[in-house]
Amino acid sequence: MTPRIEVAGIDSLVLRLFERIDERNMPWLLAASQRLREAFGPALLDLVPSYTTLLLHYDLTLLDDRQARRRIHQAFEGLQPATGNSARQHEIPVWYDPSVGPELEALGARSGLGVAGVIARHSGHTYQVFALGFAPGFAFMGQVDEILASPRLQTPRQQVPAGSLGIADRQTAIYPLASPGGWNLIGRSPARLFDRQLDGYSLCQPGDRVRFVAIDHAEFVRLGGDDRPFEARP
Amino acid sequence: MSLVIERAGALASLQDGGRFGVRHLGVTQGGAVDWISQRWANWLLGNPLQAATVEITLGGFSLRAESDSCLALCGADLGATLDGQPLAPGRSFLLRRGQQLVFGQPRRGLRAYLAAPGGFRAEPVLGSCATVAREQLGGLHGDGRPLAVGDRLHGNGSRAEPRALPEHAGQAPLPDAPLAVVLGAQIGDFSGRSLFEAFNSEWTVDQRADRMGVRLLGPALRGARRSMISEGVPLGAVQVPPDGQPIVLLNDRQTIGGYPRLGALTPLAVAQLAQCLPGTPLRLRPIALDSAQRQQRELLSRWR
Repeated sequence: MTPRIEVAGIDSLVLRLFERIDERNMPWLLAASQRLREAFGPALLDLVPSYTTLLLHYDLTLLDDRQARRRIHQAFEGLQPATGNSARQHEIPVWYDPSVGPELEALGARSGLGVAGVIARHSGHTYQVFALGFAPGFAFMGQVDEILASPRLQTPRQQVPAGSLGIADRQTAIYPLASPGGWNLIGRSPARLFDRQLDGYSLCQPGDRVRFVAIDHAEFVRLGGDDRPFEARP
Repeated sequence: MSLVIERAGALASLQDGGRFGVRHLGVTQGGAVDWISQRWANWLLGNPLQAATVEITLGGFSLRAESDSCLALCGADLGATLDGQPLAPGRSFLLRRGQQLVFGQPRRGLRAYLAAPGGFRAEPVLGSCATVAREQLGGLHGDGRPLAVGDRLHGNGSRAEPRALPEHAGQAPLPDAPLAVVLGAQIGDFSGRSLFEAFNSEWTVDQRADRMGVRLLGPALRGARRSMISEGVPLGAVQVPPDGQPIVLLNDRQTIGGYPRLGALTPLAVAQLAQCLPGTPLRLRPIALDSAQRQQRELLSRWR
């Protein structure tokens, strides 16, 4: 495994490992991240995995471009993918309901699966976290079953409530914080996705595996979920 | 020292050198956009160079001292007055108990930096006091709120060691010279004409400009690709969405993005852009990576 090293900025390199989105990329990206952290030590300011790449931000008061590239080559020498067992697994409870998932019924109709079928299909797959971005703890997961794939809304919503579960194309994610957003919403989770009290701050990290568990309204409320219907939210 | 905020203005927030080591969690960098002026403000008081300062954007901000306070002001000239007397940026000064510091409107530059002895006091969140409203992180209360009327500011240090600035230092870096861009890997995706236009046209800073990014108006740049698989984006990245009008990504940018990029501004060019009001004309110029790194190290050596 030798990545293509591309200049992204004065102190940042993109390491391109793959050309396509594939769940099999993640074990390589994780193993490379680990090796790069060791190889760079304090000279590493940030390392951002995403689908097919790693963005490496180094401290240019400690290294120049040539030295950074040498360390990257060292880190990739003899690299093996992380083993599947080492990936962290999460079960995230979701209340799939039209009152908190305004696109759920339309998706049921369009796919021909009905609401129950959409829930079964969406919660019946183990997803992989490809990247975090957009907001703290916002984990891009995939791949969603082709039949559930939905393009982003033409006009993004001004405000999507925290905990909302959405689909965009073949990806799915939960909004950790209330924010604007254009994903198709099909439910809401009571889980805390990003919290300073959490070990590692974010429930999901790149490479983690996630399964959504359908819960009913009573369970959602018991777990501390905010069940105010979509329109009633401030 | 204690200061109480009497007018919040357009946007005033606590900013330090930024938040690092957490971008893989989707947490942005934050920190002072004109990092050069911030450093000079801290340097004037003998502070750690990246200690928390107040970043005052546009003006309309005022505060009053509740006890004698030694402060420093650098960056934009926002028409500041101390009890009605003009106060130019690039100096330290004493604000006595009861005296008022008022910021008016931009006269030169956009962002001013106010420093206090030892840096302004705030509980770091994920290693930094940088205020990021969108992420609800950092700032005076830790929840990303910008500074508001009634907020009280305190310094970390009891006494300052005021110094005088070297000549020409401490003023807002303006786009008098073209903004340097380190060319990125996707440069070959842009048409030859677009590359010529990128570096030989006058660009104008758009109204759509904030701490996340600044849109530039000019000739539409065309490339072979309209989007890519999202990847991490560095500070100063010049991304080109399908409408061909570049957006320069600043400190509060989203951590990953999928638009093709010309490259990324150097840190000096980011500071220059941070001081541009909407409507400001500017030019871009390419710079070789090794020259850019050498210049950045020389720049950093000024504070040694």
